[in-house]
Formats: sequence, structure tokens, C-alpha cells
Amino acid sequence: MSDLDIQARFQLAWPGFALDVDLELPGRGVTALFGVSGSGKTTLLRCIAGLERAPQGRLVVDGDIWQSDQQWLPTHKRPLGYVFQEASLFSHLSVQDNLHYGLRRSRRSSHTSLDQAIELLGIGHLLTRNPDLLSGGERQRVAIARALAVSPRLLLMDEPLAALDLQRKREIFPYLERLHRELDIPVLYVTHSPEELTRLADHLVVMENGRAIASGNLGETLSRLDLPIQLGEDAGVIIEATIGAVDNEWHLARVDFAGGSLWAKDQGLAPGTSVRVRVLARDVSLAEQQTASSIQNQMPGQIDAIGEDEHPGLALVRVRIGDTILLARLTKRAIATLDVDPGKTFWVQIKSVALLQ
Amino acid sequence: MLTDSDLQALWLTVRLAAIVTFILLLIGTPIAWWLARTKCWWKGPIGAIVALPLVLPPSVLGFYLLLAMGPSGPVGQLTEALNIAPLAFTFWGLVLASVFYSLPFMVQPLQTAFEAIGERPLEVAATLRASPLDAFFTVAVPLAKPGFITASILTFAHTVGEFGVVLMIGGNIPGVTRVASVQIYDYVEALNYSQAHRLALVLLVFSFVVLLAIYAGRRFRPARGV
Repeated sequence: MSDLDIQARFQLAWPGFALDVDLELPGRGVTALFGVSGSGKTTLLRCIAGLERAPQGRLVVDGDIWQSDQQWLPTHKRPLGYVFQEASLFSHLSVQDNLHYGLRRSRRSSHTSLDQAIELLGIGHLLTRNPDLLSGGERQRVAIARALAVSPRLLLMDEPLAALDLQRKREIFPYLERLHRELDIPVLYVTHSPEELTRLADHLVVMENGRAIASGNLGETLSRLDLPIQLGEDAGVIIEATIGAVDNEWHLARVDFAGGSLWAKDQGLAPGTSVRVRVLARDVSLAEQQTASSIQNQMPGQIDAIGEDEHPGLALVRVRIGDTILLARLTKRAIATLDVDPGKTFWVQIKSVALLQ
Repeated sequence: MLTDSDLQALWLTVRLAAIVTFILLLIGTPIAWWLARTKCWWKGPIGAIVALPLVLPPSVLGFYLLLAMGPSGPVGQLTEALNIAPLAFTFWGLVLASVFYSLPFMVQPLQTAFEAIGERPLEVAATLRASPLDAFFTVAVPLAKPGFITASILTFAHTVGEFGVVLMIGGNIPGVTRVASVQIYDYVEALNYSQAHRLALVLLVFSFVVLLAIYAGRRFRPARGV
């Protein structure tokens, strides 16, 4: 698939809600549709699946028209996989028969795709069970495998973790990350969780009141000053990096990114491994000079821009370190006292970073 | 003991009820499916018409059906045009009347069962490449199985218990339209209470067993749904 090959344009008006989007989405990787409840992200996903019919719309996936003014492909003829918020397994069928339901009806799929899905989601031991007797996490894993078994050209996931408790979420997360790493299927992933967003997404669409207010590469979009307000406490950036070295004495790993490097807790990753580093805006502060501090990650950075934050006493500051952008959440008084202005250089102190693989 | 004519009446009753149940499974299922899923304003009027036999005196229903099957009624003209004998006072006339009379007993439990399934399993089926018809047979019908069982038993039992419509449409022809309930009526008319007792007891036990089957089934059926 080429880089931009899902074109989706939908207009739909219901009492009290209107969807109006015009998007071009990448045909690879995970695209997160992010927004609060009622922002239209699930409706958009359902329009793409054909479960909802927007009176005006155009949907082209990888060159094939799924919806236009003249055409409408019903859901069962669209080569997609869909994972609903609740696992929605057929309770009259065993796990195995659930997995075979789509497989038998799909021309594209093969038993290889099913075997691969069973292996990927780790559900081999559940095949003969009755869906009613599975745990919530197991059920959702079966549902994901069922969607993958039909070898979809596009996988749609509607908050697949939202109905699960924290422990079940942790249970499924590694599988989703594997899916992301090992499968070459573009995924549209609806979520309102910053955690899922930062760990899984490559591309981000931010939805608000039925509109897509931003769409772009995850790192770039997160570092925009007009959007992170939506993330609240989780405002921050994601940096693509590689493990540069491991310091066995202090159990630290050096993470190299475009423009600098950081020390983070060693998580046993070998040098050369690509990682994602999440730096939250609240963990970044500015100083006029390098200081002797418990904060070990200090580097010079240039102020790029200053924007409003959710609280009138706070501001978000974009800082450029080489080619990498960080966000810092500062009080406006600190900005005034330090005389922070775009173009000036400060020492950036990063209190903590999270390595996401 | 039951006489030959009693057995004949019982056999006729069972045959009638079985045929009516079969026909109503074919007719009632699409009506119930439509009623459960449509958002169109016709849902109200059609639902009311289906439910009408629940409240209408059977003699009223029988009267209208008799007129319809008569030489100047629409059914009567149809049978004449097709060059077949008139339906009134025949077994198949009784079948037609019973289909109308028992319609709500098939449609309503099925409608409830289909509504309980909801939209989601069918949406899931669609995302797994199942056409609407395919999803109906492979998802909706299996999930509504308890509803089908209840509806069939109720329809069968209700047809067995029919009386007023039979008298109006079928009359009282031994072996053709004289069903068990009419036979009992005849015995009572003739003051043959002991014979009436025997037949009545058969119907009483039958009805109890039917209801017991439904209620016991409901009690022990594991929770379903997706």
C-alpha cells in the first residue's frame, strides 16, 4: 500500500449530532481516532465499516470505492475486520466456530491467517471452550483473532479495551503491541485513552464535535500547542528513538533521538532496539543554567513557541532540541520571571521519561 | 375408554394444530422479524392487526372468515377462479381460519426473541462477510431458538383449544372438521358427561404438560445473548 490511501469523507446529521469529516489516512500502521465521548469517532468508524450510512460520503480504500454518490458497498462485501467495544462473540458457537464463522465466508482468508491470529493472540488453549465461560480479556482476544482470521485489508477497532478493567487491559496490551509490530494491516483504532494513543498509534486524528480538528503523524500532532489541552495531565510528546548504550553499573539505558540523548531506566533492551519515548509536559522544566540537580537529563533547547494551557495560570512551551520538539508545562509566572521568549535558549530539564516499545 | 370417534377427533385436532404451527412458522417468522427491526410507522398498525385475534371474540373472526370464504367473498372468488372447491366447512378452511386465529401466538414470542438479540450480533456477522439472509439463518435463528420453541408450543396448544372459530367455519363434520373441543361440546349437549370427562381430561393433561414444558424450559435455560 502506498502512503496515503484511505480517503474518507462523510457528512451526516442526526438530531443533536453532526458528523462532517474529510480525511486522508495512511494505508499502513495504526491510526488513532482520538476524542472525548460524543466527538463522533465511533460514528466515523461505523461509517467506514458501512454499519452506518452517511447520506453524503465518499470512501476509497486502497483504490477501491466503498462508498460514493453512485455506489454503496454493504458491510459484508467490504474486506475489513471489526472489533467492537464489547467482544460480541456468538454465544451459540464455540470459540473455534466463532473463529471459523468469518473464515468460511471470506475468499481472501486462509487457514494460515487463522493459525497466525490464534498464535498472535495466544488463544490456542481456548478453542473448544464456550464463549460465555471466558474472561473479559480472553473474549476480547478471541474477538480480535476472529476479525484477523478473515485477512482484512483494513482493521477497525472501536475502543477494544474500554470495557475491560485495568488488569485485563494490561493482559491484552502486549498482544496489541505485537499486532502493531508483526502485522502489515492498516488499523483504525478508536480510543479516548492517552495511554493507548501514545503506545499504539503512528498517526493521530483528533475528533471534536463531529469534526476532525487535526490529523497527522503522532509525534508532530502531539507537539502542536493547540491540541494537547485535550490530553490534560497526559499532555506530552512521543519521540522515536533507539537504545544507544546500556550502563550496567547504574541500570540505565542511553536513548538516542534526533538532536540528543536521554538516560532512562534500563529495561533490558539491547542497544540498537527502536523505542518510543514518552515525555510528559509536566515533567519538563526550564533553567537559565545547567544546575547540579537530581534531574540528570539536562540539555540546551531553543524556545519555539508558547501557548495557552487548560488552566489560566499555566502555559505550554514548545522547546526544540535539534530536530526534536518537547513540550514543557510551566506557570505563567515562571515564564515571566525567566523571561521565556521564542528564540531564546534554556537548559531543558527532564525529570522522567517512559520507554514504550 | 375413548371411542373411535374420540380418537378420530383427537387425531384431527393434532393434525390441524401441527399443520397450522408449520404454516405459521413460515408466515409468522418474517412478520416477527420485520416487526422487531422496522422503524417504519406501519409497525404500529401491523402489530395491532396481528394482535387482534387475542381480543376479538372467536365468533367474530369466524363470521368474517366465513363471509370471506363464501361465494361472494374474496377467498371464495379466488377458490372459484382457481377451480377448487369452496373452503368453508372443509379441513383446509379450518386450517386457514386457525392460521389467522393463532397468528399472535407465533408472532409475539418470536418478535420478543428477535428484539432481545439486538442489532449487535447481526452487525458482527456483517463484518464477518455474512449477507443479511445468511446472518438471519446462522445467527438470529440460533440465538432466537428458545423463542421459536415457545412460539411453536403456544401456537400448537392454542390451535388445539380453539372452539368458536371451528364452529363458525368448520361446522361439525366427523373426521373432517370435528375436533376434540367440538366433540366435548357434543357430549355435553347429549348429556353424556362421563365421555365428556374422559376427553376433557386428555386435553387438560395435554395443556398442563405443554405449559410445564415452557416454564421448566425457561427456568433452566442458561442466560443467552452476545
